Amino acid sequence: MKGAVEVSDLVVKRGGKEVLHGLTASVSRGSVTGLLGPSGGGKTTLMRCLVGVQVVTSGAVYVLGEIAGSPGLRHRVGYVTQSPSVYADLTVLENTRYFAAVLGAGSASAEQAIADVGLKEQATQLVATLSGGQRARASLACALLGDPELLILDEPTVGLDPVLREELWAMFASLAAAGTTLVVSSHVMDEAGRCDRILLLREGHVVADDTPDALRRAAGTEDLDQMFLTLIQQRAEVA
Amino acid sequence: MSWRITWATAKRVLTQLSHDHRTVALLILVPSLLMVLLRFVFDDDAIFDSVGLPLLGVFPLIIMFLITSVAMLRERTSGTLERLLTTPMHKLDLLLGYGIAFALAAALQAAVATGTAYLLLGLDTQGAWGWVVGVAVGNAVLGMALGLFVSAFARSEFQAVQFMPAIVLPQFLTCGLLIARDQMAGWLEAISNVLPMSYAVDALKEIGAQAEVTGTLVRDLAIVFGATVVALGLGALTLRRRSG
Repeated sequence: MKGAVEVSDLVVKRGGKEVLHGLTASVSRGSVTGLLGPSGGGKTTLMRCLVGVQVVTSGAVYVLGEIAGSPGLRHRVGYVTQSPSVYADLTVLENTRYFAAVLGAGSASAEQAIADVGLKEQATQLVATLSGGQRARASLACALLGDPELLILDEPTVGLDPVLREELWAMFASLAAAGTTLVVSSHVMDEAGRCDRILLLREGHVVADDTPDALRRAAGTEDLDQMFLTLIQQRAEVA
Repeated sequence: MSWRITWATAKRVLTQLSHDHRTVALLILVPSLLMVLLRFVFDDDAIFDSVGLPLLGVFPLIIMFLITSVAMLRERTSGTLERLLTTPMHKLDLLLGYGIAFALAAALQAAVATGTAYLLLGLDTQGAWGWVVGVAVGNAVLGMALGLFVSAFARSEFQAVQFMPAIVLPQFLTCGLLIARDQMAGWLEAISNVLPMSYAVDALKEIGAQAEVTGTLVRDLAIVFGATVVALGLGALTLRRRSG
């Protein structure tokens, strides 16, 4: 079976500047892939390409066997943007119920999604009154509705305390174990260790694409921050 | 398109409104209070009949234009629009959802303003008051469609709000309320002939003067409806699933 995501020779320009320079990558089904690298490296742009909201200059992006963004994918892919995209003037429950209705998922799933992200106590609170981390989780809850086969999560753990972060990563792992494919971006290197595979992006190029263990061995260090530095230096020497 | 998604969207927009008590109060009371003010400014029943009546149709257009352009700008800047367009939602679902929600809000607003004008202020028309409410709701939907379209050209709420004087006020000045359209210079009359508010005001004047439903009234309403469809179509073109 082909991978959940197949990207080949992807070139994207944003604001007249090329931000992805012929990127090729694939993601296998039922795995958690970490999209890592410094801010401005092209992580968000790549994710926008996967959900099909980005104008692509050239190259091909296939998601779950179809061209990214095709109508057949719209109930199979869940997407969480970096800044929470939920209605601030609705409660958490009203938000999830609305997106559940749009996706054709039952209203029971709206409550389940809230429980999954740990916002049960805030369910009837207006999103505008939530903290930044809670808003991010409300946004995540809306993406879990309708059990999408592929979840694209742009920095879902920013601003969360370590306990919540741990819980979310455990949830990602259990979703993957149940067959969901996840692509999760982060600029926190610690989180790389929780992924099945890491795609390291820098300045629109793939610096590394391997399992965390293999990358640690290649760089000869256990520390993930150090690993990133070593890999970039190795690459610079080759080039 | 899907009725389930359209209806869910209308319900969502109304829920958003209902959480904002101050906006609801302003929405319902302001046109009525302006009618009261107008009545005492003119202090003359005949002038109130000729000016107040058309204004019952103009207020909903202005208010819904403003509300929609800001609401839609928020959808665009908060990322919720982009999110919705990655779901099975059709553009038409979103447009009709907004249309239904704001038409219901406008119906309530128009009923209160019309009731105030007839019962409290002694407005007198040949045609039935129900037609006045109907035209007011039609105008509100037109205002919504125009607001939705221009919101695509606003980068900030400052800009969005200023599209009101830019798009709506010229129509107000030339719609025949300040001076009859056939008394304006030819080129101005020609401009007013292609602006939808002119026909909204004509329709209300017709209701004021004729007890029967006339051909002119039907034509005016058809033009307002047509302009709404065109504006919604243009609005749909500005909802892009893919952006740079």
